[in-house]
Amino acid sequence: MTVGLKRLAPLAVLLAFAAIAAHAEIPLNERRAGTADLAPETKAMQDDDSANPGMLVVLDGEALWKAKAGAANQACADCHTDARASMKGVAARHPAFDARLGRPVNIEQRINMCRVERQQATPFAYESKELLALSAFVGNQSRGEPIAPPADERLTPFRNAGRDDYFRRQGQLNLSCAQCHDDNWGKRLAGSLIPQAHPTGYPLYRLEWQAVGSLQRRLRNCLVGMRAEAYDYGAPEYVALELYLMWRARGLTVEIPAVRP
Amino acid sequence: MIMDAAAAKAAASFSCVVFLLLATTAGGQEALRPYTVVGDAIPAPLTGSDPERGRAIVTARQNTCLLCHSGPFPEQRFQGNLSPDLKGTGARWSEGQLRLRLVDASRLNAETIMPSYYKVDGLTRVGTAWRGKPILSAEQIEDVVAYLTTLRDQ
Repeated sequence: MTVGLKRLAPLAVLLAFAAIAAHAEIPLNERRAGTADLAPETKAMQDDDSANPGMLVVLDGEALWKAKAGAANQACADCHTDARASMKGVAARHPAFDARLGRPVNIEQRINMCRVERQQATPFAYESKELLALSAFVGNQSRGEPIAPPADERLTPFRNAGRDDYFRRQGQLNLSCAQCHDDNWGKRLAGSLIPQAHPTGYPLYRLEWQAVGSLQRRLRNCLVGMRAEAYDYGAPEYVALELYLMWRARGLTVEIPAVRP
Repeated sequence: MIMDAAAAKAAASFSCVVFLLLATTAGGQEALRPYTVVGDAIPAPLTGSDPERGRAIVTARQNTCLLCHSGPFPEQRFQGNLSPDLKGTGARWSEGQLRLRLVDASRLNAETIMPSYYKVDGLTRVGTAWRGKPILSAEQIEDVVAYLTTLRDQ
């Protein structure tokens, strides 16, 4: 019986994906990452590691990767050795299900879990220089890889919750994510081109921020723009939304650290 | 002249009352004004109006109109293109039709991206800064309606 159920599990995952696909607004072959619509000078900045401000943060992250920390006096590199091999594709597969917590965790949360449990150090704050640096460094190891959400049926209810949130109208302006990013992408919201909202490059350098920031920071900006209540950083609602957005962007190329206007 | 304690106390409580009155008005917490929908329009104005103030309201960033709409505003560099150009609006719609489209466009099309500018109920997860307040006041709605009716050139 158990074996039978295990055999059926991949089918259940496929069926769950098919159910979502039936409502997907943008056909797979019409998806485009924000990079496709960058101004030439911004695109040049993203493509040149010596000009991309996000690469400075990646370098900070590499230093942290090698630095011993916490009561365990361990560096990330002590266990994971060469990040170019061990971290390749990891960001492309997150958020991923954590069996012990019983819920999905994003890359920032995964880094902090390692920090607390393995290094026995205090976790980094969300949007702290350190957490952005380490997640940019880890993310950069997946640059060029396709976004590959895990086929893990335990993620399905969380992804569906994220999808519901994506289509839910909210805030004083009563807008949903889908109304802009599925229905009106390519048009201009005042002066800004509306992208399809594929999170291919987070953490990324945003010219508007004059800084590198996380996907959750961007989601927060959108919620405030709708005049809705933003969630606290790390909230399960954000992780569920990240999960849905990564599924929606499956197969697109990771470009961490991206540059955006 | 030295005020005695009772006079000082009275003065203090008076200024407190004035402050509270101002706060109530400025906070926009007054009850919504009643209105009647006739067909696809609200024929009667909610308040008095001033088309010049209306133009200023439409073009001010924080009122969100130009996020989606463009219009005859040559001085405005950034205008949206999600929604119809406001040019000729006054020729396409009556004053009452414009009023309903501003107050609560969702009555005409539940799926519209156009927010309801004079509505506080039926909304989800409104941020604390905006909770219980309409996007525009009744006076602002009337100023905008008065301005839009002047946009007759197509």
